[in-house]
Amino acid sequence: MSCLQAAVSAVEHTSVVIDTKERSRDRGVGADVSRPDGVPKVQGRFAFSSDLWADNFLWGHTLRSPHPSALISNIDIGPALAFGGVHAVLLASDVPGQLNFGLDHQDQPVLAADQVRYVGEPVALVAAEHPDIARRAAEAIVVNYEVIAPLTDSEAASEAPPMHPDGNVIRRLGIRHGDLSLTGEVVVEGSYEVGMQDQAFMGPESGMALPEEDGGVELFVSTQWLHVDRSQIAACLGLAEEQVRITLAGVGGAFGAREDLSLQVHLCLLAQHTQKPVKMVYSRDESFLGHVHRHPAKMCYRHHADRQGHLIKVEARIVLDGGAYASSSAAVIANASCFAAGPYKVLAAEVEGLAVRTNNPPCGAMRGFGAVQTCFAHEAQMDKLAAALGMDPVELRLLNALAPGDRLITGQVITGAFPVAEVIRQCAQAPSPVLPPTNDYRDLPGGSGRTTKAEDTVRGTGFAVGFKNLMFSEGFDDYSSAACRVSNGVATITCACAEVGQGFVTLAQQIARTELSVDEVILAPAQTVTSKSAGSTSASRQTWMSGGAVQAACRKVREQILSDVGAKWDVSPDGLVLRDGMVVCIDGQRQASLAQLTAEQDYEADVVFRHVPTQTLDENGQGNIHVSFACAAHRVIVDVDPDLGLVRVRDITTAQDVGRILNPTQALGQIEGGIAQGVGLALMEEIVLDDGLVRNNSFTDYVIPTTLDMPEVTIAAFIEEPEPGAPYGAKGIGEPPTISSSAAVAAAVRDATGLSLERIPIRPYDIALADH
Amino acid sequence: MSNSNSLYINPYSLRVNGANREVADSQVSESLLFVLRERLGCTGTKNACTEGECGSCVVLVDGVLTCSCLVLAATVVGREITTIEGLGIAESADEKLLDERGGLLPVQQAFVDEGAVQCGFCTPGLIVAVHDLLEANPNPSEGDVREALSGNLCRCTGYGRILAAVRSACEQMRSPL
Repeated sequence: MSCLQAAVSAVEHTSVVIDTKERSRDRGVGADVSRPDGVPKVQGRFAFSSDLWADNFLWGHTLRSPHPSALISNIDIGPALAFGGVHAVLLASDVPGQLNFGLDHQDQPVLAADQVRYVGEPVALVAAEHPDIARRAAEAIVVNYEVIAPLTDSEAASEAPPMHPDGNVIRRLGIRHGDLSLTGEVVVEGSYEVGMQDQAFMGPESGMALPEEDGGVELFVSTQWLHVDRSQIAACLGLAEEQVRITLAGVGGAFGAREDLSLQVHLCLLAQHTQKPVKMVYSRDESFLGHVHRHPAKMCYRHHADRQGHLIKVEARIVLDGGAYASSSAAVIANASCFAAGPYKVLAAEVEGLAVRTNNPPCGAMRGFGAVQTCFAHEAQMDKLAAALGMDPVELRLLNALAPGDRLITGQVITGAFPVAEVIRQCAQAPSPVLPPTNDYRDLPGGSGRTTKAEDTVRGTGFAVGFKNLMFSEGFDDYSSAACRVSNGVATITCACAEVGQGFVTLAQQIARTELSVDEVILAPAQTVTSKSAGSTSASRQTWMSGGAVQAACRKVREQILSDVGAKWDVSPDGLVLRDGMVVCIDGQRQASLAQLTAEQDYEADVVFRHVPTQTLDENGQGNIHVSFACAAHRVIVDVDPDLGLVRVRDITTAQDVGRILNPTQALGQIEGGIAQGVGLALMEEIVLDDGLVRNNSFTDYVIPTTLDMPEVTIAAFIEEPEPGAPYGAKGIGEPPTISSSAAVAAAVRDATGLSLERIPIRPYDIALADH
Repeated sequence: MSNSNSLYINPYSLRVNGANREVADSQVSESLLFVLRERLGCTGTKNACTEGECGSCVVLVDGVLTCSCLVLAATVVGREITTIEGLGIAESADEKLLDERGGLLPVQQAFVDEGAVQCGFCTPGLIVAVHDLLEANPNPSEGDVREALSGNLCRCTGYGRILAAVRSACEQMRSPL
């Protein structure tokens, strides 16, 4: 980082560093408003989906496959039915509607009928009066399996005999951009690998289904997208969508893992069969088997540059292991491929992306969605290239940074705000913290294990930049819906947006206060009965999409109010404003209280909000497939004990492209939390697979960062360049912190050790047993 | 619930948040976590791992911080159990404090104010753990706080706002309103 100061000397200060305490003191957009559910959550009164209760409810349990691949020759449920207190034992033959479900592609059985394709695949369901009875009864079911050798090598999958009727290739796509005959004077190559990360949300999958008199079902569940759950559940139950009534129950985190169905159809089936309320709560070991994970990736890269460091061509081959079923793999491989070159200008690119089926656990959405894997690779390549050129790695990144007007490797011209160079500069120029040698064991690699002395450690610094798209891409009809009613001066917002912890509930209230000048805003429960879809709480999209829908609904109500008052006063509505709970005429002569106006008459409006349409990729992987982008940079300092292979992250500094900050504390929380997941992927988090068997499905064996693993995060800058088309110019901010933080940690460990470390998570033996 | 299964045991009583609570129709295998949540309605105590790794289920048993998932309920008969529902100053004689803080402990208020709560699933366990820490050590160092809370997993926050909330609570407790 020695040339750093020179590289950042000519900085344009377009960024705004926000002092959270100095921001607007009102409770509208931009203010540091506390979560409306904060008080019940700190008192333990907030009801999560595992806290539900109904008279005479039953407990559901799922019997799962112990084999990664097997044929089912026979199932005997007799022993389970013999248990006292068992009310139902259900198999695939009990599914009344569509036998398969899936987000993009309905390829996953509700219950396995004649074949299992991964460890943990649901085979049978039990409802009983006590959870232990349900579990023991499920274990008593006799399933005769004929075990088949599993397909677990993603690189062999496309040529292997099909392990699913739809074949082993979920999606293969090629990106061919620019003059592919170009070559560079400097060429660097690398092969990179990313392990399977788990979202590891705290609140396990859970919910309760209740039978309804019309033959339908009511479901309370934690999910990321109520309406896409509803359409899948209704199809599998053979019901009309209106007969499936879903209300969001308190969600204990999501991070992508709740985008696919887990227990939804199972709960409803059991409630339908028993005609009783049925509750399910996955244990942690079951949760690890019961949702999709981040795709493991194998990536081969070749970068070409000229002597000055300009990127000429990037070649990449990316293989994602989708596991047994498709989930959202087709979209994840598109993202991984589209962002394969990183946020850099490059004249030519040739990328082959391949997502395959194997008998490993299914993979799908996780925070960063394909961009995380390729960021690890392209940033390692940039460091390699900098070394080959004898250039400062930050300077190399600045030289090639994408900017509005530039083209991505998919040919798309970047419009809107995209301050890549600015996040790099701000992050790189932030003062490095003073971290003197310490003998506090808590700051040393190995921590409380007291394995390491300060003098035995080596320090390293790493830097990385990443980006991804906001919202759904590739021509998807992506929308949200919201309704606003103002009555007696109180606004009620109804929106089916899933609050999973990200803070939409706070933002919706802030937006309504800003647009309507009301103080009290009620957010109605998210449900499918009266609300249209709000789309998924994923892809960093809800601030923009549901925030945009709430803003538009509030503005429609405001226009109606001002129009009515204008007619009454015989003035143009343009001459009226809403201020401090009053409709005020700008002539200063007249004003009326909003509370009084809306006591006489309720005002309401509902809207559907869409972003600009996107295209699909053509046969060369070209097209305007994305709406908008966001980027972030991370600088990481680590101390490493090279003999034991232990790493302590000492500092993380970041700058992030945020559009505009709507709530400074919530923004900070998203960024710190996203970084922690990136640190986890870099150093400790991996679902360990052994020929398709999951070896560490517990919090004892799958470790995530604790307070002793996470250093202080320093925000060098929130780069506030408002995004056209986004409400208030605000971009989604949840994913960028997770994308480049892993890459920056890995770079820092490389810097400390001198090792190439082309795989994350970096395991102690990757360092300690490496050829130094 | 049927009592025909021999695994069910005789009714017993637990002392929870200062009150005697009858536990009927219980199986001997039920953990304190299960009994609190499913039989006594104390669902503020959470269930994230049920093997003592995540801290979401911690309660105080005779004042000792305890993972309720690792304790069989029937073994804590006669002990004083305090859950998240039993914290707070809801029963404080000081009405001024009650009005100003809405019955929240300083640490609870600080968690709300500092943005330490996102999904909130880990929050009750963290509040109990921080409360326990500050009772023993009202002026902990950063390292003390990090070590004391290292048994409470949070997946949303990255811990930054949680540590800020603990610092803020310590300051408030040194100079109360």
